[in-house]
Order: sequence, then C-alpha cells, then structure tokens
Amino acid sequence: MANMIKRVFSNLFGRPATRLYPFTRREPFVGSRGRLQNDIDKCIFCGMCQRRCPTDAIVVGKKPDKSWTFDRYRCIVCGYCVEVCPVKCLSLDPKHGD
Amino acid sequence: MLNNELPVTRDTLLNEVAARRHQGYRFVTVTCVDLGDRFDIVYHFDKDYVLHNLRLSLGRTEELPSISPIFFAAVLVENELKDLFGIPVTDLAIDYGGRFLLSEGSPVAPQRKPDATPAQPAQPTDGAVK
Amino acid sequence: MSKRTIIPFGPQHPVLPEPIQLRLVMEEERVVEALPAIGYIHRGLEKLVEKKDFNQCVFLAERVCGICSFLHSVTYSQGIEEMMSVAVPDRAKFLRLIWGEIHRVHSHLLWLGLLADSFGFENVFMHAWRCREKVLDLMEKTAGHRVMLGTCCVGGVRRDITDEGLAEVLRVVDELQKEFDEFVPVVLNDYSIKQRTIGVGKLTKEQAAELGAVGPVARASGIARDFRETGYAAYGQVGFKIVTATSGDCYARIQVRCGEMYECLEMIRRAVKALPAGAINVAVKGNPSGEVVSRVEQPRGEVVYYLKGNGTKNLERMRIRTPTFANLAPLLAMLPGCELADVPVIVLSIDPCISCTER
Repeated sequence: MANMIKRVFSNLFGRPATRLYPFTRREPFVGSRGRLQNDIDKCIFCGMCQRRCPTDAIVVGKKPDKSWTFDRYRCIVCGYCVEVCPVKCLSLDPKHGD
Repeated sequence: MLNNELPVTRDTLLNEVAARRHQGYRFVTVTCVDLGDRFDIVYHFDKDYVLHNLRLSLGRTEELPSISPIFFAAVLVENELKDLFGIPVTDLAIDYGGRFLLSEGSPVAPQRKPDATPAQPAQPTDGAVK
Repeated sequence: MSKRTIIPFGPQHPVLPEPIQLRLVMEEERVVEALPAIGYIHRGLEKLVEKKDFNQCVFLAERVCGICSFLHSVTYSQGIEEMMSVAVPDRAKFLRLIWGEIHRVHSHLLWLGLLADSFGFENVFMHAWRCREKVLDLMEKTAGHRVMLGTCCVGGVRRDITDEGLAEVLRVVDELQKEFDEFVPVVLNDYSIKQRTIGVGKLTKEQAAELGAVGPVARASGIARDFRETGYAAYGQVGFKIVTATSGDCYARIQVRCGEMYECLEMIRRAVKALPAGAINVAVKGNPSGEVVSRVEQPRGEVVYYLKGNGTKNLERMRIRTPTFANLAPLLAMLPGCELADVPVIVLSIDPCISCTER
C-alpha cells in the first residue's frame, strides 16, 4: 500500500498519460506501416502485386487502358506487394488515413 | 506420415487410448482430414514433449466411437468434428447435437467435401490384347 | 434438495474480452456445474487456407488472434519450414525470439489489467495498460504495426532491427523493469486480492494432468512443462527458467504469470546481447508436401498446428488447436463449488482468448 502512495502523488501532480488528440498529434514513427502508395509513372502494370495480395485489394487493369486501383479498406498494409514489385514503385507511407 | 505413428481401427481405438491414459500420456487434440473417399482421423498424445499419434481411417458414412469416457477433454474436439465434418460420433459425454460451433442458419458441415459419385466398377477383361 | 436455477454467464459480460457463454447451474449461491457454449465468433479460417497460397497464409495465421498474433505466425512458418526442409538463419531465429517475448509481455500485461478490472481494482488496470502502451510503441518502432506485426515469413523474418532499434528495445525493457518492481509487488501482496483469489478455482495436479491443461494453468498446479524447453528458435541458446507454483488456485496463476513477465525481460536482454549478424531470411522455392505437426509456447500455453501439403501451392489442411481450447475442460472442473461472484475471476484466470478457440 505504501508503494502506491508514490504512484498516487506522481499521478496527481505529473503530466497526464494521454495526449489531447486531435489538437496534439504524435508524429508517426519511421518505418511504421500506414498506407500504400504507388508511384504511377514508374509502374509497368505487370500485375505481380495483384497476384500476391493476400486480401485481393489491388486491381490492375491491363489492355487497352492501363489502371491500378486498390481498395483501401481491404488492404492490411502487410507490405507483400512492396516486396515483389519488380520496379519498386510501391511504398508504404507512415501516415495513416486521410 | 508423422513420427511415432500407429494405425488403429475402430475396434482397437478405445483399447489403445485407454493404454495411453494408463501410461500417463496427455491428450492433445484430434485432427481430421477429408481425403475425398475417406476421412483420416489422427489422435495426438504427448509425453515429455514427444508427440505420439494414432491414425484411424474412417469411411464416409461410418460412425466414430468417442474417447470422452476415457479422456473427458476430448468431448469439445469431438463435438467440433461433428459440426464441421458431419461425422456421427457416438457415446459423447456431452452431446451438443451439431450446435457446438455452428448455429441454426449456418452451412451444414462446411469443411466436408461434397460426397463424390462412386466410381464405376471395373469391367472384367477377357484377356484379349488390343 | 434446494431448487436449482440456470444463470447464463455471457456472452456479453464486462470482464470478458471476447464472447463465450457459460450456463451455470446454481444451487442458491453456489455453482454446481457449468456448460460452455461457444460459436459466436467462428470465422472458418481453416477453410480459407484452401484458397490462399501458402505464403499468404502467414498473414491468415497471424489474424487468428490479436493478443498472441506473432507467435501464431511463427508456429505456421516453423511448420512449413520443417515440411520443406528450409534452414532459417540464426539472426532470424533470435529476432523471432525477441519479438515473441515482447509479445508475451504485452499479453501478460493485458491479462493483468483485465483481471484487476474483474474485481474492481481499476488503478492496476490502468497502470498495467499504461505500461502496455510502451510495449506497443516499441513494437511499432521495430516492426511497423502495434499488434499485427507482420514480420514473420516462411524462411525467416521480413524486417531487421537496426542498432538504434536494439538500443530502444533495451531502454524500454529497463523502463518496464522499474515499473514492474513498483506495481507487481502491490498486486501480489494486496490483502483484497489475496482474499479474492487464494483458495478460489482450485485445480489439483492430478486434475490438470488428466484434463490436459497447458500453459500457466498447468504450471500453477505444479506441472513443470513449458514447450520452450525443447529449444526451438534460439530458445536453446538463450535459455530460461520455468516459473511454477504449487497451490493451483487463482493466486498461483497470478504468481506464475507475474514471474513469467520478469523472465521475459531477462530473455530479451540476453537475446539482444547474443544477437548474431547475418542474413534475415532465405529464399523458399517449390511447394510444401507432406505432413508435419508444429508446436510453440504461446502466452497462454502450447499451440499445435497440423499442416498437410500435397505439392501444390495451396495447403491441403491446416488444423489449429489453441491453448484456450485445451484449458476449457479444466475450467469446467474449476467452477463447481465456487460462488457466483467468483466466476468472473476464475474465468479470467485461465486467460481466455475465445477468438483463438473458435478460429
């Protein structure tokens, strides 16, 4: 019981453990996996990412009009597509959302 | 094939399991694989971190005797086998009647492959060489 | 013979992290027997394995449970590596151990908070989860995600931890040690906690052996079995000591898990010091074929994966038996004879992870 008195005082007079989100936001850590990005100019539309995706979130349109779309809610941000892309146009941005 | 495996039949199963219980093995789990024409049921037991397995080959419509009178902990796994594979298990200590894991509107026996049509019996040849 | 009533405990209950229903047959205030009813979160993951190829199934195995997710993916990867005779490099084994032990600390802190919440000790709940935030931030800094790490793959690990990352790991481990020294003795010596847990939910050693109890539930009843002794994934090189207790009641389980938390911190320190340099994964070619059973010690006990491959890129069968499934039968043996107010404490003391149980 006496040990908790020290913790009680530090809780009463110390900083709160939580942040006042959304007024203060934490910067995402480096290397954190937030959202998939594609540099569309480098993409060769080979379809490797579509084949490897575990949740079938990526859809690559081939001929005649080439397109690359992904369903943001299906993506689990695992990074498998980033690893297999042959031209390395895919990357994971640390920021979530928006 | 797994290490330390012993094939059993429906008649020898209960004796082998009782022998394991007597020797102090711990019951781990029961695995069922649907091979199309039959089920492969493997019972896993553990002693001192080494797994010992009993393999039973069951026909598509045969009944399986439960080992829950010997190992009570098996009752949950065998109810799951009944739900997911539709295998009729007899003498269960607690029988949920197919409602252990699945509810009223669920697909029936979802992990069981559709029963294939039986193969045509082979026509006897009369020795003529074609 | 007094009248018997049936009271349903669950599926929604404030102390349960996941839904399970226990039908308690009561005589006045005492429980006479209990019958479990599960199936509220059955997702059919074992059937999904037939549709995804074996490399994608690592992510599926990870999502069987949120609290012990990394160790599920380690068990799956070890099974496939054994089937395909792939030798994982040493650095990958040590990294798997480090992340696995960090995951174990996070799981035990979560459990400690929930258990304290079940008897109204909100202060310990909030403090344990505040310590857990430090662990989750550490996992995000080293692996990229807070809970679903996604770093294990067939053939090794996908990400490396840099030297700054390792220094961060050691810094957080030292901070956690200070926090544990402060509040774990409070939990273990508190008068109210002792009154509510000593003698409650007793499981004798014979009952535990007969009903197949695993993990801290078995170790608290005196059975000194921990699958990490077999030395998979660098546990043989790092070494550890098994924490047991003898009385078999809820208090013994608290003692075992608190002891394990300290042991995890020691293991992480030893592993970081002994981490060898080298590659972090090997390329895996071909398809798995054959049968293998792979086992790993999760925070709740021993998890068993039966994997069968038939030479194609989809596995034929993946069967998972999680530790909570094995501990449900001992739970049914612990409940008779206790009072209704003790039921939440007993249910939480086996650390139920129902999403693992039902997959």
